[in-house]
Amino acid sequence: MNIAAQIGQASFGERAARVAAIARAHADQVDKEGRFPREAVDAMVVERLLGIQVPPSHGGEGATFSDIAELCSIIGQACASSAMIFAMHHIKLSSLVEHGPESPWHSTFMRRVAGEQLLLGSATTEGGIGGNLRNSICAIEVADGICRLEKDATVISYASYSDAILITSRSHKDAAPSDQVMTVFLKDQYTLERTHVWDTLGMRGTCSDGFLFKGEAPAEQIFPSPFAEIAAQSMLAASHLLWSGVWYGIAADAVAKAQAFVRAAARKSPGQTPPGALRLAEISNQLQMVRSNIIAGLKTYEDAKRDHEKLSSMGFAVAMNNIKICSSETILTIINGAMLICGIMGYKNGTPFSIGRHLRDAHSAQLMISNDRIYGNTSSMLLVHKQDTSLLG
Amino acid sequence: MNTTIRELLSKLGNLPVAVDQLADDADLYTAGLSSFASVQLMLGLEDAFDIEFPDNLLNRKSFASIAAIEATVEQIIAGRKVA
Ligand SMILES: Cc1cc2nc3c(=O)[nH]c(=O)nc-3n(C[C@H](O)[C@H](O)[C@H](O)COP(=O)(O)OP(=O)(O)OC[C@H]3O[C@@H](n4cnc5c(N)ncnc54)[C@H](O)[C@@H]3O)c2cc1C
Repeated sequence: MNIAAQIGQASFGERAARVAAIARAHADQVDKEGRFPREAVDAMVVERLLGIQVPPSHGGEGATFSDIAELCSIIGQACASSAMIFAMHHIKLSSLVEHGPESPWHSTFMRRVAGEQLLLGSATTEGGIGGNLRNSICAIEVADGICRLEKDATVISYASYSDAILITSRSHKDAAPSDQVMTVFLKDQYTLERTHVWDTLGMRGTCSDGFLFKGEAPAEQIFPSPFAEIAAQSMLAASHLLWSGVWYGIAADAVAKAQAFVRAAARKSPGQTPPGALRLAEISNQLQMVRSNIIAGLKTYEDAKRDHEKLSSMGFAVAMNNIKICSSETILTIINGAMLICGIMGYKNGTPFSIGRHLRDAHSAQLMISNDRIYGNTSSMLLVHKQDTSLLG
Repeated sequence: MNTTIRELLSKLGNLPVAVDQLADDADLYTAGLSSFASVQLMLGLEDAFDIEFPDNLLNRKSFASIAAIEATVEQIIAGRKVA
């Protein structure tokens, strides 16, 4: 049987499990060297997982957001950096899937992403702006059908390995900071001059260096919808949900290690409850909370997708913000609990119970759009938004 | 009502342009209305017209222009009279 037929018959989960096995084998080295997880990303291409979100009408497989979040978690249990790359790619792809059909160029490009398994990068963060993604300093200039953009992009994950970068800017040189557009630039349409080196505590394999980005492309590559709409209707929810899928995966793997540790102790001394057992019950409870929260969020998003009014409502934005806060904070408590259970065996690198990488990777979650910023945004909405007090919503 | 809305917009909207230069149907987000300022504007409107925005009207569309705000406020006031 040829590879294509094999892939055709396997479920998304089976294909992601094969990627995860490869990602796991290289995860420690990727982390140690802070290098791009080439083997795992190549495996995503072989398994044709980079295009699954694209609708079948455009050459993809029409995977739902829940499908993709599950894959983020499967890969996240093996190598958080690989999973985060997969998640960020699909967050960008969701903008194309939701807003691409409005324009011939973006429709065609979406088909190319599925067909050629192109990897998409993202450049929203800007020097002087930080994670305030709904503001830009840089402005795109359009003349004679050509657009030009220069951006001090302080963090672009896997920029050097992307086939295209989706980048935000003000819509023209006199535009207000919040009057933004997003543009697709293809690899041969930009140059990257490294300005910051990504030598970090965790998520080292995402290779999120800073660059001075200079691009020039046909103006039709600018999304016709304002970025405000793209952010509200696809990007914010996609980010919070798919990131959460990755983070859940990191925590779930740490809990699995802690459980293996407790079970090994229990087998050694039958009739006695090992000391870590109670704490294991506690982190299993917290993990379930994170999981339920993400599942509820995915359902809210899938429901709201059919109703654009709902997607741009405050109630929806508050719900998505809360999901991000919950998963990013709680996984730290969970992984720390797992570390306490495994003790030195968890703290040391290179044991079957090592949790150091998990803990370091998980620390990025609160900063990836600062939780304080998100709390600030929610708190302002709560001045007018009335909470839904029903249980089922 | 239009005048009150314009007054509130110039006081709370924090726009980089003068409000009297904006047409009724000008896009306020393009003019630079931030999400924080839009919330402040909503609070101002609730106070000025003694209304509460129901959740289904708390979206970008309801506050996209001066005309949209006027329609939204009128819709709430009309709903209150019927009730
Ligand atoms: C693993 C990883 C990968 C990433 N990949 C990308 C990428 O591919 N592309 C991209 O564009 N970006 C990327 N980012 C950047 C990310 O999206 C955020 O923009 C970035 O982490 C925020 O940077 P900052 O902490 O310097 O900035 P800021 O958001 O400015 O925050 C700095 C600090 O100031 C405080 N603060 C600032 N403003 C407020 C406020 N309004 N209310 C309360 N507190 C506030 C917060 O405490 C915060 O910690 C990545 C980040 C990580 C961790």
